[in-house]
Amino acid sequence: MYKQIFGKYTPKKENLIYILHEIQDQHPEHYISAEAIKIVAEYLSISESHIQGVLTFYTMFSTKPRGRNIIRLCESPPCFLKGSEDILRQLRQLLEVKIGETTADGIFTLELCACLGVCGNAPVMMINEDVYGDLTEAKVESIIASYRGGK
Amino acid sequence: MKFYRSHILIGIDDASLAAGVKEIEAILRSELQKNNLSEEINILETGTLGLFGTGVSLMVYPEQTAYVNLQKSDIAEIVEEHFLKGRPVHRLILDNTLVRKYDFNYKRRIVLNNSGVIDPENIDEYLGTGGYEAWEKALTSMQPEAVLQEVKASGLRGRGGAGFPAGLKWSFTAPIKAEQKYVVVNADEGEPGTFKDRLIMEGDPHKLLEGVMLCAYAIGASEGYIYIRGEYKLCISRLEKAIEQARDYGILGKNIFGSGFDLDIFIKIGAGAYVCGEETALIESMEGNRGTPRSKPPFPGVAGAWQMPTVVNNVETLANVPAIITNGAAWFAEHGVEGCTGTKVYTIMGDVRLPGLCEVDMGTTLRTIIQQYAGGMKEGKAFKAALVGGAAGVFLNDQRLDVKMDYNSLKEYAAVLGSGAILVMSHSADMVDMLWSVLRFFRHESCGKCIPCAKGTQLLYKLIDGIRKGKGKESDLDEMIRISNGMLKSSFCALGQSPCMPINSAITNFREDFLARIK
Ligand SMILES: Cc1cc2nc3c(=O)[nH]c(=O)nc-3n(C[C@H](O)[C@H](O)[C@H](O)COP(=O)(O)O)c2cc1C
Ligand code: FES
Repeated sequence: MYKQIFGKYTPKKENLIYILHEIQDQHPEHYISAEAIKIVAEYLSISESHIQGVLTFYTMFSTKPRGRNIIRLCESPPCFLKGSEDILRQLRQLLEVKIGETTADGIFTLELCACLGVCGNAPVMMINEDVYGDLTEAKVESIIASYRGGK
Repeated sequence: MKFYRSHILIGIDDASLAAGVKEIEAILRSELQKNNLSEEINILETGTLGLFGTGVSLMVYPEQTAYVNLQKSDIAEIVEEHFLKGRPVHRLILDNTLVRKYDFNYKRRIVLNNSGVIDPENIDEYLGTGGYEAWEKALTSMQPEAVLQEVKASGLRGRGGAGFPAGLKWSFTAPIKAEQKYVVVNADEGEPGTFKDRLIMEGDPHKLLEGVMLCAYAIGASEGYIYIRGEYKLCISRLEKAIEQARDYGILGKNIFGSGFDLDIFIKIGAGAYVCGEETALIESMEGNRGTPRSKPPFPGVAGAWQMPTVVNNVETLANVPAIITNGAAWFAEHGVEGCTGTKVYTIMGDVRLPGLCEVDMGTTLRTIIQQYAGGMKEGKAFKAALVGGAAGVFLNDQRLDVKMDYNSLKEYAAVLGSGAILVMSHSADMVDMLWSVLRFFRHESCGKCIPCAKGTQLLYKLIDGIRKGKGKESDLDEMIRISNGMLKSSFCALGQSPCMPINSAITNFREDFLARIK
């Protein structure tokens, strides 16, 4: 995996964030492992602590294993006004997890995030790369079921 | 060019993709084919149509009929009734009274004039609307200095926040001699409620590229970077395509139009941090570091990306430049008001009938924006408040509905106009809850580099959370104002300076909401 990713990026520090994005996307547990940090540090000739610093800074990165599907529910004011708290309550019940946790079957991790820029359709959540808007309880239920069933 | 009887515009943006537009488009194509209409009716994928919360929608020209909330099962009926028999399907058309009320304002648009009209993935369509004429004009008949002077004379001010005059910013960088200079586009767009830059990039990516080109020429830069948030997948792919096409046409590259001028443009992707929208933090992030702000001076204009002179501008700012060069500064200044020229793109959401976007002249009142461009308040809801400018914005009450929306009239709230977010709230919204949500945002997004902001955002959240839970005191309100005013003076960057605006305005304009929670 690393070889293929490194093939796309010259060993410059400015490519760090891209490389991390790709490693995380390709990992089945969507995170950056200690091993990955070491290998990237070597490739870019930078310190592991620099990479640690970058990882903890950006919300899109995780240093802990996560579920197969990452749910990110927007909690910013426009979505809040449109009932994101109710959706959060429902998701926690449906998935039986707290914020930041992964379901027992490893299918979902529930996270909160700031505005996704789709506020015209608030409340909004993202699952992996896909945006779901105008959420209602019924909609959330069927979306979750579809991931449980197939993907 | 082929002649079609009708054009069906399909808005492809993040929102419509989420609603399943692609599937519906496929059905539409096959239905048209079945009815032998493919040669008469043209389907055009375009950027946003400007309607939100209406699921999948189509716009039919020349009739200007808007079909909304379409389901797969509706398509056969539309094709047969409307396109075969010429009878629009009224039950699926956007409420007629609303259509009349809804005003797209295409005549006055500058940055979104092509959005929802042309295919953003086809450079020929951009060229067909006069695209890249400004670029050709600049390279073949204008000195860089003349381009800069035109932008200066237009009065164009930055659309990303502070409203700094664009021409003046460029004039600091232009005379510096350096081995490399850069134009950086700020497309991080993290202010809650703001998605105007996404709509510009999705709807008309070449316009942004042309703006970058003109800026690069004016300041003598040979590389441009567009720093865009990672979530904006559709923008990223459309910009990548647009850059490819521009390179193929020789509009980007070496010795462009035989002028001896070289330029290339690259995309940089962010990883989710609000503070990265601050220009020096953005540069840090581009270089592969934690996105914390740098101290100024030196300003990016002197030592920015990789320590080279760098102009950082917002997407909307640069998207205005081609029209300024093509039509001249005087034409541009006919839009808007004195000291604040041009148009402004707003995104309107909340308790209005038609949440969406509009581009209107600077100086248009909040009342007009809500009534004329957002269909007014939702049925049975009365206006209580608007949060203008996102989390770093201000809560306005009904006394302020007739305030003109421009930098000078809103001077007391200097920075709020930039983002263009307008969140409209009716009487069912409680300002304690809303301010709580705003302060939770700041607590999360403070980057931790400076103590006043890191500590202050924690304290403010704790105070509002106490009030929200019914455990607050009246003196907490003064305390919040005191802390946020202190942060205004002592924070390292504008993030820590921001909470005082929503706090002061919410507590001053809606004190009764707060007192109701304090026993
Ligand atoms: C916390 C913070 C977030 C910001 N976010 C953005 C943003 O998302 N987009 C933007 O264009 N400017 C943002 N700005 C303003 C930029 O620092 C800068 O002023 C702007 O990009 C300059 O472009 P302009 O002159 O064209 O407006 C932000 C500033 C701060 C302090
Ligand atoms: S506030 Fe939720 S997407 Fe913008």
